[in-house]
Amino acid sequence: MTMSTKTPNDRRRFLLSIARGIGLSAMGALVWSAYVGEVKAAPLVLRPPGALDEAEFIKNCIKCGLCVEACPYDTLILARPGDNLPIGTPFFTPRSVPCYMCTDIPCVPVCPSGALNEPSVSSYVKSKAVLDINKSRMGLAVVDESSCIAVWGIQCDACYRACPLLGEAITIETSKNERTGKHAFLKPVVHADVCTGCGMCEHACVTEIAAIHIFPRALAMGKVGDHYIKGWDKTDEKRLEGASIEVTKTKISEKSALDSLNDEGGL
Amino acid sequence: MKNYRYLILRRLTQITLLVLYVGANAWGWKMLQGNLSTSSILGAIPLSDPYAVIQIAVTGASLGMDILLGALIVTLFYGVIGGRAFCSWVCPINIITDTAAWLRRALKFSEVQKRFYMSRSLRYWILGLSLILSALMGVAAFELISPISMAHRGLIFGMGMGGGALIVIFLFDLLVHENGWCGYVCPLGATYSLIGKFSLIRVFHDAEKCTDCRSCITVCPEKEVLHMINRSSESVLMGECTNCGRCVDVCQEDALGFSIRSFTKQPKDEE
Repeated sequence: MTMSTKTPNDRRRFLLSIARGIGLSAMGALVWSAYVGEVKAAPLVLRPPGALDEAEFIKNCIKCGLCVEACPYDTLILARPGDNLPIGTPFFTPRSVPCYMCTDIPCVPVCPSGALNEPSVSSYVKSKAVLDINKSRMGLAVVDESSCIAVWGIQCDACYRACPLLGEAITIETSKNERTGKHAFLKPVVHADVCTGCGMCEHACVTEIAAIHIFPRALAMGKVGDHYIKGWDKTDEKRLEGASIEVTKTKISEKSALDSLNDEGGL
Repeated sequence: MKNYRYLILRRLTQITLLVLYVGANAWGWKMLQGNLSTSSILGAIPLSDPYAVIQIAVTGASLGMDILLGALIVTLFYGVIGGRAFCSWVCPINIITDTAAWLRRALKFSEVQKRFYMSRSLRYWILGLSLILSALMGVAAFELISPISMAHRGLIFGMGMGGGALIVIFLFDLLVHENGWCGYVCPLGATYSLIGKFSLIRVFHDAEKCTDCRSCITVCPEKEVLHMINRSSESVLMGECTNCGRCVDVCQEDALGFSIRSFTKQPKDEE
């Protein structure tokens, strides 16, 4: 072996050069990871149809731009340096160009990495998978009632009319305008179970800054958890099938109630 | 003209590829869509950057079929045939760094400046570090800072502030270190050095014809690979050789030329 011919100094030099490499790497990792951590934390970004959850999406996306090239409306843009988003990943800004919900969803099947997941935007018709853009969940429309003129009482149904799932994703709730006594309020109400987050409502909104905004679903939505259930809805019970029994322990409930009461403690 | 044969061929290749990519986005050409991270030839054959795919793999991502197949095709092509040719024949940064190196030589900076020491193995450390960071941070770490893909995407899809990265690389190569980016820092080049180590197309040096003018070493971006010049007749076998062919271009004695890898070595006859 060549190792045996090495002098102790050679070994020292070798080990020290490795140590120097590790030291430099640690220094580099400090700067590099700080940047990566900042840039990947972009919770407000809206992704193309069929995108995996954000954390999985940025793992998978290879930044090739094939979805951007496939998009016929130039809705999708690859994040450029300076956009403060994960560089090179596709996103859209509905107020500028919303997703026009192509029925053949050209952006999804071209994705080579699986970051845009075809099954998540497919329906089964006679056990054959057919692309179904209505299944996409790019985000959720949220209405700011304080700046919605329809809520004020001024006649407007721009978002309702722009919605590609007319009368399903947004419905109009009417109530009497007591101030005038003869008009109605036409309040838009978004239904999270139908809304795809395409953003045509935000694009159509007539106020200076849109009163209806698309937010990523993870930000716009809460989660009930396992403690509450719609007892009148059989299908809601399914939600709890995988639920685990969770017992909270406090200082008092550590022992059984009887022991706890009998415990004289420091007395 | 003979002195620039491979240089011109390389620039033609680089620019043709770029035009095809730009045409795909701007005018819907189908020939070569996507970018250097992943492309699709005629919408059928996938090509993927093997380094990007490895980074994605270590994040624990599920990996699409197309990018796996694409990376395999690219790895086989450079591994069996091309060597590290990606760097000098395809990568758009090469045009910038070659220009910086040429300007640096023309202005004789290296003769005046004290040598700024960097190790050639720095790029392999960066390669290793990028994989560790990708695994820990759950995102392909080099792809978020890569000036190569930034520039390439920029040219196809719109530059943003990406131009800044190109200027930085140009100035680094011009003012700090000759061939600093491609020869010392770039982990993509390091990956292709490893992939291309055993490829068949190699520069062959005929020591009998060599007059030791050293023009080849002057222009070579990876001077260590030419250790055999005027010593022995053999193939340039180090993986770091980019097969750019500049040494072949500048050699007036035909002592250098492309050939199929030769496994023999013949010391130069000393008269």
